[in-house]
Amino acid sequence: MITNKKPRSSDTDSNYMRDDRTEMSEDDDRSPPSDSITNDSCPTRNCTPGSGSGSSSIPEYLAPYPDQVLENVLENVLWFLTSRKDRNAASLVCRSWYRVEALTRSDLFIGNCYAVSPKRATSRFSRIRSVTLKGKPRFADFNLMPPNWGAHFAPWVSAMAKAYPWLEKVHLKRMSVTDDDLALLAESFSGFKELVLVCCDGFGTSGLAVVASRCRQLKVLDLIESEVSDDEVDWISFFPDTETCLESLIFDCVDCPIDFDALERLVARSPSLKKLRLNRSISIGQLYHLMVRAPQLTHLGTGSFSPSEDVAHVEQEPDYVSAFAACKSLVCLSGFREIIPDYLPAIYPICSNLTSLNFSYANISAEQVKPIISNCHKLQIFWVLDSICDEGLQAVAATCKELRELRVFPIEAREDIEGPVSEVGLQAISEGCRKLQSILYFCQRMTNAAVIAMSKNCPDLVVFRLCIMGRHRPDDVTGEPMDEGFGAIVMNCKKLTRLAVSGLLTDRAFAYIGKYGKIVRTLSVAFAGDSDMGLKYVLEGCPRLQKLEIRDSPFGDAALLSGLHHYYNMRFLWMSTCKLSRQGCQQIAQALPRLVVEVIKHEDNVDMEEVVDTLYMYRSLEGPREDVPQFVSILEDRHMKEGALMWKTDISARCWTTIRSVCIVNVRWVINAKYAQHMHGPYTFSGNVVVQVHVGDPLAHRVGFHWMRIPILKDMYGSDHISILVLLELISLMVKAKLIVKVGSDCAFE
Amino acid sequence: MERSMAYESDLNLKATELRLGLPGSDEPEKPSTTPSVRSNKRASPETSEESWSKSSSSVSNVENCERDGTPPAKAQVVGWPPIRSYRKNYFQEKKNDQVDGAGMYVKVSVDGAPFLRKIDLKVYKSYPELLKALEDMFKLTIGEYSEKEGCNGSEFAPTYEDKDGDWMLVGDVPWDMFICSCKRLRIMKGSEARGFGC
Repeated sequence: MITNKKPRSSDTDSNYMRDDRTEMSEDDDRSPPSDSITNDSCPTRNCTPGSGSGSSSIPEYLAPYPDQVLENVLENVLWFLTSRKDRNAASLVCRSWYRVEALTRSDLFIGNCYAVSPKRATSRFSRIRSVTLKGKPRFADFNLMPPNWGAHFAPWVSAMAKAYPWLEKVHLKRMSVTDDDLALLAESFSGFKELVLVCCDGFGTSGLAVVASRCRQLKVLDLIESEVSDDEVDWISFFPDTETCLESLIFDCVDCPIDFDALERLVARSPSLKKLRLNRSISIGQLYHLMVRAPQLTHLGTGSFSPSEDVAHVEQEPDYVSAFAACKSLVCLSGFREIIPDYLPAIYPICSNLTSLNFSYANISAEQVKPIISNCHKLQIFWVLDSICDEGLQAVAATCKELRELRVFPIEAREDIEGPVSEVGLQAISEGCRKLQSILYFCQRMTNAAVIAMSKNCPDLVVFRLCIMGRHRPDDVTGEPMDEGFGAIVMNCKKLTRLAVSGLLTDRAFAYIGKYGKIVRTLSVAFAGDSDMGLKYVLEGCPRLQKLEIRDSPFGDAALLSGLHHYYNMRFLWMSTCKLSRQGCQQIAQALPRLVVEVIKHEDNVDMEEVVDTLYMYRSLEGPREDVPQFVSILEDRHMKEGALMWKTDISARCWTTIRSVCIVNVRWVINAKYAQHMHGPYTFSGNVVVQVHVGDPLAHRVGFHWMRIPILKDMYGSDHISILVLLELISLMVKAKLIVKVGSDCAFE
Repeated sequence: MERSMAYESDLNLKATELRLGLPGSDEPEKPSTTPSVRSNKRASPETSEESWSKSSSSVSNVENCERDGTPPAKAQVVGWPPIRSYRKNYFQEKKNDQVDGAGMYVKVSVDGAPFLRKIDLKVYKSYPELLKALEDMFKLTIGEYSEKEGCNGSEFAPTYEDKDGDWMLVGDVPWDMFICSCKRLRIMKGSEARGFGC
């Protein structure tokens, strides 16, 4: 709801300002947001005079401090800012905006749990309601990372337990979560509402039981593709006996049997339940009973979709068709974990309503899928196994004109077999589903022609992930590399932000990506490229690249070094079984002190110290993490250790986020910041070092910051490596010390 | 402001011209294709090549074959294709259940007993363990197992049907081979058992 109180300018009623000033005092930062607990939709901070200020006596009139007024206004406005990017930008404007933004942010998103410490995050943001944390890199899903690498939820939950007692939502991806962590979570947050665990592990049904029993306000418990150990605790029985607030209960990945009666009773006493995704222990007969209890469901995961083995088929089979027909709101269907295709016709009544259908665990043929899919006119998301063959995909293309997302998974994840889907299926989809935005396609063979066709027919593509399972496999018809196909994708799909390549690829493919992939953020490479040039093209050409994961490709140290200018802008870089040496990685660590450079050893590689099995590097404000397992070594910059980054104030956090918008035009020398303290004149440091950097910050320009030009003469060690962040920290020191010189008006560029 | 102007003229800006580039490179417009080696800091490219190629064997010989264009050996590579293990194993399990003789659960019949049992062969690591389990399950003595002589010392002879459909005496082949080829077990009794040399 929009507030009916307009933010006021500074020349209005002094009473209003006075009262607000007591609210906005410096000491008041940590007051619980009681206004927002009671009025979710009206988050303004008491604009009316006298309301909510808590003090009955009117203090003596004092002229309002102008910044304070600005902060009041700002706070009211910033509540409405929800986009993370906008908030980050707002926090850079000036210190006042930084502070107010931090007070008004309620959703905390941390894309790499090691980029910032729990302490730093909770100090900066005091009023968080929702936390999203991502841990391990994606390649860990494919056993490319030894177990116990890290990404522990424990330090986060302990810090949040103290800092955010009113936390409502936790969303974790690829984190290690223990039962103890879940117990602490359940105990610490009385208003806890949503727990979403995606690709997590380390916990079991006993942890779930604690959450179920103690989180009385729980609305959402979603376990997606997570590994849940069977502690032989029936966690479903632990939900309180009273009516629940449950809106979403997703546990299709939990492979432990549950007590069906307990589940049925739970569903019966959860009137708000809209999303229910069952695990494979639930038979179709049991599904029937649940559907009858919950016809209001919008999202249903059907469990096994086959009869239980115990049932002696004595009773008459229930009327599955009518059960489905009764679910008039059902738009998203999944499950079918052990499907007996004879039961498929039961879902006919709802096909025409479906916007999302997940058959990715259902081994069904083209003939079996056709009658279903031919009714799914509204389908937008379709996940399926390649068992439906090209023919099945053609049927999809014929009907699903609204399709936005398609994922085709292989039943047999091997390389040297014939394979049921191919370029034929891809071509058909490209012709039929013109609105396609996201595709993940596993196949054994492919042609450039089909990929090029898709690039032209589906201009809205944002995500293109093609996995030709045979490594280095060329175009099946022409025998050429797949360069042209992927080249066409980056060239023609102007909205593409995520790309995964495969098949036989030369450096040319990467030249295309570097040339045309200007907004690509995520790139996955495996068994591709000829030389360092491949990686160089990408690092030099893709300014928006944030996540780069590479395996088994011939890229070496030289290529790695060519990305120095960009690594601080990235969330992470993963390179495994490439041609990197320890020295090369050490150089990166040396040049970029705010990068954590992890070298991870493969289990079977005993001695090779010089060769790097896996490089995983990411920017971080915290330096090397403390929970490093023995198979990981973190390369550190030997020179810069003492004193170089001595200002660990939150100015550095600003510099951190500033990097993207600041351009360093010419940098050759780096200074040891320790000596910056001994400045005599405006530009010299102990007579030894002077820093010259031309900095442009478009945001700063708008609020009147100054441009600086500081000549660098020499570096303490006579070396010439780049450290952008150290420079920026120096600059902020100089701003503080009022050594500002306004010179020139060269433009800033990214 | 004036200060800076004056200062600028004093400085030899050309000499202190700042450019963006790789460490050690003089031409910063384009990062050089091979970074100039600061000899005391880094091993030469040759040695790093060598040591790299040594380690590649742990994956497969793929990378070494790449350049001469020979199709790489299709050895099983870790994490490829990029499917989560849950999904990869999901259909593997199904397959295993359907394939006969792959080991794991096998039916056990005992002559004279009215119904059969099933045991999971994977649970046992050796013949003595298996035989002990069978003895416990059916309350009979099969006797001691010795590598040379097979089962000895009772009227019961444990036999199994292998992949080829032949009935064999338990204990003749190495355990691992037995596990892979055993389809079902039958504990013979009496005269038939004697035919096996027990």
